[in-house]
Amino acid sequence: MTAEPPVLDVRDLSVRFRMRGGRDIAAVTDARFSVAPGECLALVGESGCGKSVLASALLGLLPANAATTGSALLGGDTDLLTAGERTLARTVRGRRIGLVPQSPAAHLTPVRTVRAQLEESLRELTGARGSELPKAAAAAAARASFPEDHLDRYPHELSGGLAQRAATALALIGDAPLLLADEPTTGLDRDLVERTVDELRRHTDEGRALLIITHDLAAAERIADRVAVMYAGRIVEIADAETFFGAPGPRHPYAKGLLDALPEREFTPIPGTPPELGALPEGCAFADRCAYADARCTGERPAFTAGLACHHGPTGRAHSPSKESADA
Amino acid sequence: MLEMTRITAGYDRRDPVVRDVSLHVGAGEAVGLLGPSGCGKSTLAKVAALLHRPDAGTMTLDGTVIRGWRHRAPREQRTAVGVVFQQPRLSADPRLSLRELIAQPLRSTGRRRDVPERVAELAPLVGLSDELLERRPHAVSDGQLQRACLARALVLRPRLLICDEMTAMLDASTTAALVAVVERYRAASGAALLAVGHDRVLLERWCDRTVRWDERDTEKAPAGPVTAGGGLRPPAAPR
Repeated sequence: MTAEPPVLDVRDLSVRFRMRGGRDIAAVTDARFSVAPGECLALVGESGCGKSVLASALLGLLPANAATTGSALLGGDTDLLTAGERTLARTVRGRRIGLVPQSPAAHLTPVRTVRAQLEESLRELTGARGSELPKAAAAAAARASFPEDHLDRYPHELSGGLAQRAATALALIGDAPLLLADEPTTGLDRDLVERTVDELRRHTDEGRALLIITHDLAAAERIADRVAVMYAGRIVEIADAETFFGAPGPRHPYAKGLLDALPEREFTPIPGTPPELGALPEGCAFADRCAYADARCTGERPAFTAGLACHHGPTGRAHSPSKESADA
Repeated sequence: MLEMTRITAGYDRRDPVVRDVSLHVGAGEAVGLLGPSGCGKSTLAKVAALLHRPDAGTMTLDGTVIRGWRHRAPREQRTAVGVVFQQPRLSADPRLSLRELIAQPLRSTGRRRDVPERVAELAPLVGLSDELLERRPHAVSDGQLQRACLARALVLRPRLLICDEMTAMLDASTTAALVAVVERYRAASGAALLAVGHDRVLLERWCDRTVRWDERDTEKAPAGPVTAGGGLRPPAAPR
């Protein structure tokens, strides 16, 4: 990590949804991480683990029945969780956080051309006016490698890759120090995934901080400096990307299971399915799928220390089930 | 099992998406069809699943020449093929519970009596609990819904299973789990598989052989032998 102060500093962020009948859904619990300028943090996990809720919380886009606790400091001064809608709308979204959306085809306005949408954002965010707009729009498109001769097309006339670049161009207009990419590669084929993440990496290397939320581990490996693994609403491991994907590998059994499920590795699924966020167990949420689980795992929840939330942390990756019983 | 010969298909006769493509899937064989997005592979998969009538070309299923697609296909042909699509949300009726979703093919073919038994067999196989079976699509995750869609595709015990980007929306663990379910079914039933996708690593790991969609040849495909026609070519070397 760099010595620079983080662009985004999230402390003990929790999100609860209040459901009918007084039931609570614990979508995110005690998330704690930071992203520095020029750094990419990839938040990975299965669908439904709370990744996208976390992104919505950072943008102030949660539905009315959600309650948040903790803090998420942007640039050291603005707490995204307590800032009002007025502040978020006027100074944060687009200006200090650029959102690269999950499905660009749905994010772009279908009845307006890419040029019209770029020009609108330029007017709002940079104050560009009149004759300077066409030039500024072309420049904004070029930053995201969007071809200039496609500017007058409507979103439905674009391929998935070009729509993704149009959405990225929009996200970059405000020159926000933090980019938030929520599943930017879903549904794209491998070549496009690589091109998309390489472009995002380029914008990171220009000094922005990037938080990328993805279930695509190959994309995460390609782009990330650090990896945060989320399971059942909690971050269970944060690690350096190089050690996580290479040697010595992940430390949390769930993270190890995720990697082993890849077709280029073992191709074996993690047994069972994740618990319901509305009915989380007392102890470790992963215990009933974990080969190493013992009485302590089902009884108490592991604390998150030194980038890991696992009772078997100290023995870490080296442990085997037999060694486990010796430790217990 | 499945023999597609010089198929041309699309949504506009003047501008077909698939031109002159041939594809062969042997009995019990698992074939992966690899291609970039937008190349027409999903359209070919729809033709193979009897869901889209081609403009030209012939297709045989278990030696029988196919004469009608969609509602014109006889029931014994339609029920011989099971399909799983990429987006479970778009292929599941939001009004049905997962249990009803899985049972739907049985109901539509007058086998209502088999519902309790088949659903009870399939649910644990795909990893759906009794509690999840009672929920409707909006209350489950993409992965859980796709598990139900796979169970629905297997409920009539198809002899050919077509998976069109079945796992493109899913995480690594759910992908591996669903592929394992398909392979367990194939091992028990001897069914063939056509897996369509863009993930080379996945399809090469999963299938007996993969064929690549090669758009460059499609325009000027020679009217020569069947296997040379169209944009598909066999892999360079067997795995």
